[in-house]
Amino acid sequence: MTDMPQIDINKCDGCGLCIGVCGCRVISVVNDKATIIPKDHCNGCRRWCTLCEDICPNKAIYCAFEVVIEQKTDSK
Amino acid sequence: MVIQLDSIKSIPYFAGLDQAELESIKKHIFEKKAVRGEILVFEGDPAETLFFVVNGMVKVFKTSADGKEQILQIIRPGDSFNDVPVFTGDVSLASAEAMSDVLLYTVKKNDLAGIIRENLRVSLNVVRILSERVQQLVSLVEDLSFRHVTGRVAKVLLEYAGNGADEKPRLTQQEMAAMIGTAREMVGRSLKTLEEEGTIRMERNRVIITDQETLREVAGIT
Repeated sequence: MTDMPQIDINKCDGCGLCIGVCGCRVISVVNDKATIIPKDHCNGCRRWCTLCEDICPNKAIYCAFEVVIEQKTDSK
Repeated sequence: MVIQLDSIKSIPYFAGLDQAELESIKKHIFEKKAVRGEILVFEGDPAETLFFVVNGMVKVFKTSADGKEQILQIIRPGDSFNDVPVFTGDVSLASAEAMSDVLLYTVKKNDLAGIIRENLRVSLNVVRILSERVQQLVSLVEDLSFRHVTGRVAKVLLEYAGNGADEKPRLTQQEMAAMIGTAREMVGRSLKTLEEEGTIRMERNRVIITDQETLREVAGIT
């Protein structure tokens, strides 16, 4: 299960643009690489807004979606 | 690493072969591992190797002069890539990149020619596989020519919707855009439109199809 945006550290150059757009404020640059550091009160990225993926000039961040079909339950 | 006979058997190229035939093919197969993002084939390079995906997913794509990407196909376990240039003797027509950590089996071009010469069934399998490839490309041309962007997004969602039983790739909005020949922003807008129309629901990293029938209508699938 992919619960966090995935960061390819080989592609990340530590520019930090993702920090500025992250609505959850959970991205930091550690050792010149973008890193997601969950805060105490949450599990990290809550919104999956994908802005970090969008702004990354090196395509180093992946916010992948799982596509599922809703199972209808018969209420009778 | 030992090449597994069961894994070879599950590859459509080698479907219907008996144990002895599979054993003789096994000696021509080599294993290769790659991590997500690794480029496996570069467009324009000489095509010397045919690849089979055993585990994971690979995207086959073309890149325009200004860096725009068009995904031609997502290769799933059992499927092959780089077939056409290997058979024509030309350079690779498209690039291939691992979408996840992958396990691949490879066969050298010259070894493949020998395998085909010795096994009529493999020849018939190859004809069928390449015919299916033509069908997929015709379908892609149809999508790009005749379907509006929201319809293309709907089609991708239906195609990649999982039921939990089989492995389906997770897709980023960028990957969806590259599959359907549009910009990432257009995918985001289309997802929003579909959600407003009540055919899907976005839940963090999940796209939930809530009205499959209407989504099929939007996709133009009858």
